[in-house]
Amino acid sequence: MEPLGSYKSIISARATDSRILKRSQDGGIVSAVFIYGLENNILDGVIVADKEENFKPVPKVVTTPEEVLEAAGTKYTVCPNLSVLKSAIREYGCERIGVVGTPCQIISLRKVLKYPVGFRHLVNKVALLLGIFCMENFPYMGMKTIVEELCGVKLEDVVKMDIGKGKFWVYTRWGDAKSIKLKKTHPYEQISCHVCTDYTAELADISTGSVGSPDGWSTVLIRSEKGEEIINKMIEEGYLETKPVDEGKFGLGILKKLALTKKEKNMKEIEHRKELGLPVPPKVC
Amino acid sequence: MEDKRITVAHVQLSSCCGCLISLTDTYEKLLDVLNSVDLVYCQTLMDVREIPKADIILVEGAVCLDDHHAMEIAKEVREKGKIVVALGACAAVGGITRFSKGGQMSKPVQSSFSSLTEVVKCDLAIPGCPPSPELIVNVITAVIEGNTEYLKPFVRYGERKYEACGCDLIINAINKSLCMGCGVCAASCPTRAIEMVEGRPLVSSQLCIKCGVCSFQCPRIEV
Repeated sequence: MEPLGSYKSIISARATDSRILKRSQDGGIVSAVFIYGLENNILDGVIVADKEENFKPVPKVVTTPEEVLEAAGTKYTVCPNLSVLKSAIREYGCERIGVVGTPCQIISLRKVLKYPVGFRHLVNKVALLLGIFCMENFPYMGMKTIVEELCGVKLEDVVKMDIGKGKFWVYTRWGDAKSIKLKKTHPYEQISCHVCTDYTAELADISTGSVGSPDGWSTVLIRSEKGEEIINKMIEEGYLETKPVDEGKFGLGILKKLALTKKEKNMKEIEHRKELGLPVPPKVC
Repeated sequence: MEDKRITVAHVQLSSCCGCLISLTDTYEKLLDVLNSVDLVYCQTLMDVREIPKADIILVEGAVCLDDHHAMEIAKEVREKGKIVVALGACAAVGGITRFSKGGQMSKPVQSSFSSLTEVVKCDLAIPGCPPSPELIVNVITAVIEGNTEYLKPFVRYGERKYEACGCDLIINAINKSLCMGCGVCAASCPTRAIEMVEGRPLVSSQLCIKCGVCSFQCPRIEV
């Protein structure tokens, strides 16, 4: 089993723009690619996960680099990005859309592109799929419980959340960092994530996430020609700083290990559901 | 080779013509499709009175059980078409005609409408109101090329004889703990009957027209 799906190359990278790095989760790859795309006419609109007060996630169609920056950073809760897919072409009139999504959202979008039953004149307007690494997600109230009950921080005071070093971290606007063991967050996971075997968004053009790279950097899997072209241009033009991915235990090793863990653990859950006679997700693409 | 071209007929039953408009909405792709097939019957686009035998008959609309003409046409397409395609929500799953209950002018006695899939055996059925132009082209192309893998879900929709509804999402995805909140259902809905609330679809029964597109589009529901 290839734990990372098929890809052309893998690198560690980070944005060179300090405005991005100030706001981004790790290396700012998603923001950098979208901003590059918008500034260079490769994309004319992108679908992002923005947030309102109290970390309420809001899927948005945005058309300017400023709005992309505004939406930077991971939200550890469900944001139905694909719900604004039609709005991007109808209300915003976009013709070259970039979409960022979790692996399940990328799978869902690939299904749309294969079977666009309810999506008139959309298929040739989806220009780029960016996938983010994802082990599981939390429903909003689950995330709220983790932050407010377990970490003891009001959501309104949170500026950033992160998962790393086996812990769930919450950073407050006063500069404090609170953390709890990741194990304690498991009861609040979205159950439907347990039947997903895709950790690295295997159907995206480009997949990215922190695992496998040092702090402040992101691991980038380049999967398609489209993805390769845009990343190469960004490197050439200085939008991205790169280095070879660490092939060792704390680089590619841990990335593969986590991807495989997700596959094995959730395949078991799928088998268990089958034994119980419950439906399981169909093979989509 | 000219005479070996695949013949296609479009037959309309109780429907709004929207599925045909969607088919013609493919612009230059329609020309490609028309170049590879012979359109032999289509009341809206050409002057042919009798439904001829055809390789593919696309049928749009529900069957009015109170109208013997409609019943006869349903039988006729089954006899004359090698492949009968229930095109769009009304023919495939009933769609908006599920709400009809008679009493309307100019035919107040006509009250019973059923999907074509309930009345005759359909080889393929495509939900959606209307199905997108791209999808219709994909299906016709798959039929011409014999791409059975692509057609699988539509074969299954042809076999099932029950209606569709927005609440299929609740029954088949949410109640089965499969919904992960991607939001594709909300975007696919032609009447915006679906709002995503806390990462789950909330379906308005006032707006849902039972076209079946949301549950078809759901990546977590086996179609």
